[in-house]
Amino acid sequence: MTRRTQSPGLALITAIVAVFMLTPMALSTSAALVNNYSQGFASGLTLRWLEQVITVYGQTVVWSIAIAVACVIGNILIGVPAAYALARNPSRWAKTFEEVLTLPVAVPGLATGLALILAYGTLRDFRQSYSFILVGHMIFTLPFLVRTVTAAFQRPDLVAMDEAAKTLGANFRQRFLGILVPAVLPAIAAGSLMVFTLSIGEFNLTWMLHTPLTRTLPVGLADSYASMRLEVGSAYTLVFFIVVLPMLWLLQWCTHLLEKKYAN
Amino acid sequence: MKSTHRLLLLPVAIFFMAFWLLPVSRLLILPAEQDWRLYFVFLTEARYAWSLINTLGLSISVTLVTLILGAAVGLYLGRQQFPGRQLLLSILTLPLSFPGVIIGFFMILLAGRQGLVTDITQALGLGRFSFAYGLAGLFLAYLYFSLPRAIAAYAAAAQSMDKSVEEAARSLGARRWHIIRDVWMVQLEPTTSACAAIVFATSMGAFGTAFTLSSQFEVLPITIYSEFTNFANFTLAASLSITLGLFTWFALFLTRRQEIVTGVASQ
Repeated sequence: MTRRTQSPGLALITAIVAVFMLTPMALSTSAALVNNYSQGFASGLTLRWLEQVITVYGQTVVWSIAIAVACVIGNILIGVPAAYALARNPSRWAKTFEEVLTLPVAVPGLATGLALILAYGTLRDFRQSYSFILVGHMIFTLPFLVRTVTAAFQRPDLVAMDEAAKTLGANFRQRFLGILVPAVLPAIAAGSLMVFTLSIGEFNLTWMLHTPLTRTLPVGLADSYASMRLEVGSAYTLVFFIVVLPMLWLLQWCTHLLEKKYAN
Repeated sequence: MKSTHRLLLLPVAIFFMAFWLLPVSRLLILPAEQDWRLYFVFLTEARYAWSLINTLGLSISVTLVTLILGAAVGLYLGRQQFPGRQLLLSILTLPLSFPGVIIGFFMILLAGRQGLVTDITQALGLGRFSFAYGLAGLFLAYLYFSLPRAIAAYAAAAQSMDKSVEEAARSLGARRWHIIRDVWMVQLEPTTSACAAIVFATSMGAFGTAFTLSSQFEVLPITIYSEFTNFANFTLAASLSITLGLFTWFALFLTRRQEIVTGVASQ
């Protein structure tokens, strides 16, 4: 017997929370498209704020995407082999290693940023390049990939397949690239999605690491909020939504597809 | 450990050592190079003590309100069936991918000098009431970036809740409050503790939101940042970062689970 419970109290709270969450998104989107925010729609619609954002801040969008992609690739290259080693070693030592890797997530980005500047701030070429930001992003997002992929490598059927291939004479390279990595592809995709999302929206750490010549999308956003009209800030926020959200949905869809394909 | 495995761990070990362990170790010993008492400025200097108390008070109250509202919304969306439910759930969890600066800006649009609430209060003859730049604005902004996390977690937990226990309690004549306390809260306990740790830690370390609002209510990340940029006081910034890091690390340590790493997003 299932009785549908009507919960008017919960429904009311849900409605209030939904209004609270949705109003700012609607305000920001409409402010990006009107001539004057304080006069509202009466001042007429325009695309000129969006055009201004593309001219002034267009580069930040490109660089943010480039850093996020590089972050995903870099973390896959160093993280997937490490995940395999961690999955095959149930020792305390390996557990500790995994715990230590997650420390940058448990500590505020501000602290990691300060530490990086303290250690490498004097290396001018490194400090003033985008690779300084990339390194910070990789450190911060690495545990998300490693944890997800380690869990996938631990599946018992994979261990058995690995053993079978070994007895048939396959060497490590053949087994790793031919059997193991394809088998955990959905986990790699899911981890990469997390890495990408975190990198593209990262601010706390990036604000410490950026220079006037190396700016990402969130850094540019903070700059526009502090120094431009509300309409320009709103238009820039809209650009973030237009660029980032469809990319995230597309990645999510690909991850789902991979999971479905490999589930059979 | 086999040598192949050690070789596979090597790149991560070197990378992590070079760009996190070594820099952070230097940060940790920096105050000691000057005077070990600098580690305790958060206790000895009123300004920093207040900044820490502000941050703790704000984070704890945001966590409590987030858990109550997040559980209510999550339970409702996880258990009720109505058209558009899935869409509403995905819109409500959308802000998970927003940087904190956007949420600070949202508060300015809502209740800043030209904000919606400000216009409404003026139209009602109450004067131009803008609360974005004070404690209220900061609280609502923190609530805004915390709620999606809690809603997503509770909705997922509510969907997998065992309905038969609740049915049994109901047919035995349990009151609504008893069902909430003895059935729902018990079954949702793991979600609650994981969520509490993540929301608290994220609120403590949140920088972008307070930075955008340039709030009159000073929180520790802002204090650290201004010590570093305005006063070039690296040692003090390091000391306060260590304090802040210990608080967030300890909160997460108390509920060390897989959810922590999958639940924390950037703010």
